[in-house]
Amino acid sequence: MRILLAIFRRAMQALLVVLAVSLMNFTLIRLAPGDPAAVIAGQSGAADEQYLKDLRAEFGLDQPMYVQIAAYYSQLFQFDLGYSYRQKQPVLDLVLERLPNTLLLTMSAFIIALAVGIWSGALAARHRGKWTDFGISSIAMLLYASPIFFTGLMLILVFSVGLGWLPAFGSQTFGENGGFAASFLDRLQYLVLPATTLSLLYAATYMKLTRTSVLEVLRLDFVKTARAKGLPQSRIMNAHVLRNALLPIITVAGMQAGHLVGGAVVVETVFAWPGIGRLAFDALLQRDYPVLMGVFLITSVLVVFFNILTDIGYRLFDPRVEIS
Amino acid sequence: MTFQVLKIFLRNRGATIGLFVLLCIVGTSTLAPFISPTGPWDMVGRPFTPPFGDKFLFGTDTLGRDIFAGIIYGGRVSLMVGLIATLVSVVFGLTIGGAAGFFSGRIDFLLMRLTELFQTIPSFVLAILLVAIFEPSIVSTVSAIALVSWPPIARLTRAEFLALRNQDYVAAAVSAGRTPWDIAIHEILPNALPPIIVLGSLGVATAILLESAISFLGLGDPNLTSWGYMIGAGRTVLRQAWWMSVFPGIAIIATVLVVNLVGEGLNDALNPKLNENRNR
Repeated sequence: MRILLAIFRRAMQALLVVLAVSLMNFTLIRLAPGDPAAVIAGQSGAADEQYLKDLRAEFGLDQPMYVQIAAYYSQLFQFDLGYSYRQKQPVLDLVLERLPNTLLLTMSAFIIALAVGIWSGALAARHRGKWTDFGISSIAMLLYASPIFFTGLMLILVFSVGLGWLPAFGSQTFGENGGFAASFLDRLQYLVLPATTLSLLYAATYMKLTRTSVLEVLRLDFVKTARAKGLPQSRIMNAHVLRNALLPIITVAGMQAGHLVGGAVVVETVFAWPGIGRLAFDALLQRDYPVLMGVFLITSVLVVFFNILTDIGYRLFDPRVEIS
Repeated sequence: MTFQVLKIFLRNRGATIGLFVLLCIVGTSTLAPFISPTGPWDMVGRPFTPPFGDKFLFGTDTLGRDIFAGIIYGGRVSLMVGLIATLVSVVFGLTIGGAAGFFSGRIDFLLMRLTELFQTIPSFVLAILLVAIFEPSIVSTVSAIALVSWPPIARLTRAEFLALRNQDYVAAAVSAGRTPWDIAIHEILPNALPPIIVLGSLGVATAILLESAISFLGLGDPNLTSWGYMIGAGRTVLRQAWWMSVFPGIAIIATVLVVNLVGEGLNDALNPKLNENRNR
């Protein structure tokens, strides 16, 4: 029963986010210089009067504001995110087509970040004050200060341009069809650099958190008891300390979901990864506002989705916790 | 008090070195016209001159413009945008968080839901949407960064206000018949400021990174060069001219790193209680 209530609350939150973000979209496009029709037609100069007139009619710009809002939301609740005049396709189709790629990228990056971050953070905590700790903490500080697109470019410079190990652009070799295994390996190759780039910043964050959190837990009484019982260090670490130290990391990971999605926009641009981030960038260059606003809405929904996953993760690790 | 703060700050070696390097970076950017007589847009040499030559320390770009000049002039934009955007977001966050913490009740509820909303939505996507719709310019960049950066400040301010509201000196001020506004500004705010200053200083680092990403995507002010813009411009010729991207990138990393170090030093100096806790 409680879990149903929790899910219901999250669903309400998701609905609120969608309402608020779409309201922002609605307002922003009307706040822009010129009327929305002119903005959507773009500054290309290609828009003739008839085209603008059609657009105005479609947006109902001659109608009072409340009619416009009502029309806008009734469209939205039929999953109509508008139409991309540049790409001659509904925005929803464009976004859905690329969503799997973005999910693949963000999830891979998230898993790498967690694995690397927790492992190195625990290692640093165990060797507190020694060279290992200093080295890991310094690398984390450096990554923390690096713009994500720069990290990506440097990885390309080293691993694609310099060593020639991995492809720098795209998500698969064009015309590749050597069966399932070959195709899987092919895609994996393309995934390595973008996923690593996106993961590094978060790995640094999780490393810092794990280190602090492990140091806190190590001081607690039950660890002393475990030591007194003569348990080996590795078992104390894995079974007792890490499990307790992980909870704050899950919380922060959930809170950072929005950043992860934002980071994906930049990473996809750098690596020409065909996800919604890349879609947003192309839309940006063409001033294709319906697509941009659609991406904003969908990425916001994605963040709420990640938040729900975090809740579930939190429950799995700590059954005492109720979703509040 | 001020002396004490300075003493603790200088005890942190990383923060001291960071402050020194930061001052050097700010100095070279401010004095850019005196250090490099040629501007960042002047074509002064052969295109694609490699770095560490006689004339051009960091080489030249596709049009023969001096990368070094670009970096010291670009620093002005990156630093200025970082600083102003953070100031705006701090003022905004202080207002929202202060109002929520001071008035509580329904105002608090509404303002906090608003803050949560802004923390949930992908801020970078919103930022680029804003800059794109309102035409790339330094004003739109600053506004976009400020608009997505205020929530943490608001939350911290609210927490501080809630904690300080129950202090004896506030009760004394209330019973002395002073107005809520007067109490909020003159009694609570000064005591709430230290942790907010720390968070704000770290916010400058985040703002610099955001600015660089916005300019990298080509959404910065087209009339001004900045580090992110330079990396974006060098990206297409990464294979031929790595120096076009690498040096501006190092400039960003160095700046963000030292701002973070200074922020941590300020944290030690301004939050002594927190510090004791950590070193236990």
